[in-house]
Amino acid sequence: MKAKHQRLILALAALVAIVGAGLLAVSALKDEAAYFYAPNDVKTKGVEPGKAIRLGGMVVKGSLHRAADGVTIGFDVTDGKATVPATFSGIAPDLFKEGSGVVAEGAFDTKGTFVATNLLAKHDERYMPRELEGMTYNETTHEMKKADQ
Amino acid sequence: MNQWAFVTAAYAVTFIGTALVSIHSWRAMRSAERQADALSTRD
Amino acid sequence: MHRFANPARFLKIARPLTGWFFWLGLVLLLAGAGCGLFLTPADYLQGQTVRILYIHVPAAWLGMGGWTGIAIAALMQLVWRHPLAAVAGRAIAGPGALFTAICLATGSIWGRPTWGTWWEWDGRMTSMLVLLFLYLGYIALANASARQAEQGGVSSVTAIFGLVGAVNIPIINRSVVWWNSLHQGPSITLRGSSIDGSLLWPLGLTLLGFSLWFGAIVLMRMRTILARNKVEARMRRLTRG
Repeated sequence: MKAKHQRLILALAALVAIVGAGLLAVSALKDEAAYFYAPNDVKTKGVEPGKAIRLGGMVVKGSLHRAADGVTIGFDVTDGKATVPATFSGIAPDLFKEGSGVVAEGAFDTKGTFVATNLLAKHDERYMPRELEGMTYNETTHEMKKADQ
Repeated sequence: MNQWAFVTAAYAVTFIGTALVSIHSWRAMRSAERQADALSTRD
Repeated sequence: MHRFANPARFLKIARPLTGWFFWLGLVLLLAGAGCGLFLTPADYLQGQTVRILYIHVPAAWLGMGGWTGIAIAALMQLVWRHPLAAVAGRAIAGPGALFTAICLATGSIWGRPTWGTWWEWDGRMTSMLVLLFLYLGYIALANASARQAEQGGVSSVTAIFGLVGAVNIPIINRSVVWWNSLHQGPSITLRGSSIDGSLLWPLGLTLLGFSLWFGAIVLMRMRTILARNKVEARMRRLTRG
């Protein structure tokens, strides 16, 4: 009986130590392990022009436009706190649209515009059929109100 | 772009994987238990 | 707990349960997959690809649940010296690794049409890939140290590895909350679900179906190990006597 209790205490202590150490290491990684910069991160921390990063956020409604060359698109990326202008020339994924999430790979130019070399669409955690879309969306204040426009 | 191609591929991967593991586990169990049963009937 | 320590008593329960789990699981799985493929509506944003959800989500949960089972079995093996716990740990590793691999494969197939990429090194995907490597390491370690193990189970070293690896499970779970990630946040939490009911219901069927199937495979693999033990014990007696 005694040996069993000793083993239990030892095992639990070891488990707590391992999990504690693991979580500590992970929380120290917090910033480095971030997959992308949000516009507010860019504003507060500053990213030098030319440094390859990923920029993630929502595409601002009404900001999407095509440049004069007919290939490049321009849009604004926001996280609700800050907004950054971005450009991209190439084929955007199907789910890339105004009011929807985006992760752009690229770098800032000297004027503070993010020049994307690749676009990924990021969707949120909600799933619903098309017919329900309007109804459910009006109840929330989420940015993706009219995603199908 | 055909979305159904992606859906079909995902379901196919899943069902092929589960079927292979099912068959493998079943056959291993059957042969092992047959050997074990053969021992006890000989007693 | 030691009531089921006797293999004979365990087998008496496991034998009839194996078939029930397997066939019931298969029926629920096929029903859930059929409903998810043909009855539910398409998603407003993703269209048809949302149907991958019904296999991707159970695979992810069972991949993580499998390692949780390995950790619990390891604790029972190391602390209470439960003889069947070591066998259970070994039996769980195979199907657990399979579900983790299915989760990664279906996630990759799902990512291409929705996000526009097969693979990205974001927190969720990377930590799930680490889980697959942990499973492979556990299986390799169990096989390499099979001689130190009693009764066809896993060795103590393997059990400790199973316990240590459990630290990855909360990391996977929280990866989309702690870090900016391409993968979206959790849809199903304790507070409810952000998946509309008309899309959600087949997930219950496939989840239960996959779980029962997982249980059936674990029982089959445990029965295999126990039967082999019996044969080996007899061989040893014959060579000695």
